[in-house]
Amino acid sequence: MALLEVRDLVVEFTMGDGRPARAVDGISFDVDAGEAVGLVGESGCGKTTTALAITRLLPDNGRIASGSIWFDGEELSALDPDAFRRRRWTDVSIIFQGAMNALNPVRRVGDQVAEPMRIHEPTLTQAAALARVADLFEMVGISPERRREYPHQFSGGMRQRVMIAMALACRPRLVIGDEPTTALDVMVQAQILELMERLRRDLGLAIILITHDLSVVAETCDRAVVMYAGQLAETGSVSQLHDRPLHPYSVRLLGSVPDIRGARILPEGIPGQPPSPDAPVPGCRFHPRCDHAMSMCVTDAPGERAFGAGHRVACHAVTDEGRLRRPSELPLLPSAALMATAAATGADVPPADTPVLAAAADPLDDDADRDPRVTR
Amino acid sequence: MTGVTAAAPGRRGRRHAWYDSWAVIRGNRQSLLGVVILTAFVLIAVLGPFLVGPIDKAAANKPLLSPSLAHLFGTDRSGRDLFVTNIWATRISLLVGLVASLLSMIIGAGIGISAGYLGGRWDAWLMRFTDFFYVLPTLVLALVLAAVLGPSLTNVIIVIAITAWPATARVIRSQTLTIRERMFVDRARATGASSLRIMRRQVLPNVFGLVLANTTLTIAEAIFLETTLSFLGVGPKDSYSWGRILDESFAAGALTLGKWAWFVPPGVAVVLVVLAFTLIGAAFDEILDPRLRRRKRGAADPGGPDVTAAGGSLLSIESPSVPTSESFDRRGG
Repeated sequence: MALLEVRDLVVEFTMGDGRPARAVDGISFDVDAGEAVGLVGESGCGKTTTALAITRLLPDNGRIASGSIWFDGEELSALDPDAFRRRRWTDVSIIFQGAMNALNPVRRVGDQVAEPMRIHEPTLTQAAALARVADLFEMVGISPERRREYPHQFSGGMRQRVMIAMALACRPRLVIGDEPTTALDVMVQAQILELMERLRRDLGLAIILITHDLSVVAETCDRAVVMYAGQLAETGSVSQLHDRPLHPYSVRLLGSVPDIRGARILPEGIPGQPPSPDAPVPGCRFHPRCDHAMSMCVTDAPGERAFGAGHRVACHAVTDEGRLRRPSELPLLPSAALMATAAATGADVPPADTPVLAAAADPLDDDADRDPRVTR
Repeated sequence: MTGVTAAAPGRRGRRHAWYDSWAVIRGNRQSLLGVVILTAFVLIAVLGPFLVGPIDKAAANKPLLSPSLAHLFGTDRSGRDLFVTNIWATRISLLVGLVASLLSMIIGAGIGISAGYLGGRWDAWLMRFTDFFYVLPTLVLALVLAAVLGPSLTNVIIVIAITAWPATARVIRSQTLTIRERMFVDRARATGASSLRIMRRQVLPNVFGLVLANTTLTIAEAIFLETTLSFLGVGPKDSYSWGRILDESFAAGALTLGKWAWFVPPGVAVVLVVLAFTLIGAAFDEILDPRLRRRKRGAADPGGPDVTAAGGSLLSIESPSVPTSESFDRRGG
């Protein structure tokens, strides 16, 4: 049994006009004890929303519409608010996106790190709490004397260390890192990742690392979950994803990372933007940007299929044997054909929202209004 | 062993905090003046009555004496020594000002923070309640309440507290609304902190500067209101305050009698105390916000390298460490 099980999670936001928007649409994944799992995708793919749903920190207009979240065999999503509050931070803690703002500017960092302990262990004495804060600071590489200082006296990397110390305050078994290294420079980023890796080894922590940076995932994670537009595109071990990515989105994500050894060319990238959750794309959500898109991708959402140990993918272009067909083998949509040719010839990829492309896609879209490139 | 090493930075840290606060006040001539004035009045209020003895019974001296060495401010219509009366009045006026402001601060901050943080229906109800008190003309409400409750010292304090809190509540609420959206509040919620705890540990420290700055203004207002109420004859009848002295001098026509020593000292005292609190109020912001304090400390530190060049100029604000933290804030936000 996995430590954390997310099953068919659907998160809806009520928009200003009362319509619901699905930011996360039926995602399922597991995290085993002591395992590091990367949650990967572009901005707006529902990674952070998934984390917020697990930790019940969704804003007021968001709610878990269906699905369930299990931690160590207990359904977290079924706990009442008070019971859940008592469990917070002791099971699952979170390192926030942008540690600069997650610390209270007018309180000493040591007091802030000690606060979760005070909440969950009311019997803890002042001295014991201080000693534990000192231990935590040492563990994350901050000199314990600095606990009397204020957040503004710390550098960005040091603040991130404080946040990690705070995340470990109640000895959780799962830590969610929401882009923990995003605002940091590369050197500090490497230090922080190394630190998290070391803590995982020493403390047996399970980690969910939310990031758009595939190299970070490759370095630190055992498995990765690639999300696109609130849905699972592909999941598998990092080596599976790296050596044999099956979903065209994973392929292009990997292709977006520049290679420091190879020729100095800009990576291909992925033209266009993910669709907005309040204007969902019919069929496969990736089809408007996909160079493998066929007419069935427009009408039918692909189901998840499993290939090998834990390797799951949702794509029509993957054969039953677990091979991604080449665009040339497929009856492509005109828009996809354009992209495929552009990719093959190395020509400039036409921006996805040019009128040419939209017009080309039009006859195949039964409802042009639902095409995000038209509405956006 | 670890206990010793752990305790040492603690003590140093606390002493630092006091030193920092003092450095802010010392570095700001206005707040220093305020502290000096206030200290003088507090000393008078605490020690004065022991030095001058009780207020004279009626007809202890000749009435309406002019100032002399025996009676520094002369005597009033019933022959009481006005200097002694003023000393005692200092105690009452300061007491009323401080206690009433403290009460109004507690009510105002409590209602402001809970309305701002809890939001929704709580916010709506608490703010309509606040509006109700806000729109009532302060003096009229105070007069009516004082008349209904009766003229005792406690009642005057209650009346002032009730009329003074709505302004504080509104200011604190709006500040709370911005604090509530900050990420550290979400973070605190994620750690399992209850609403009460978040209000106490996350919101309050962030609005406390505003609370105190507001309180210093309220103290001034409270002393003023007490003076006004006493002057209008609804103040406590069993004790002397500056307002009551002014009231009696007015009733006796001290101005037309040319008895300036009757009404000038309490008047000047009110003005000085109100001024002192206003001057100090400005410094509180710096003391309570560690970020502001750091900037100031660099500028005010007499041992610092470039005091003369940096003193009071914009350059001193741009001390090297500050832009770093600010740019991080901006980048993260």
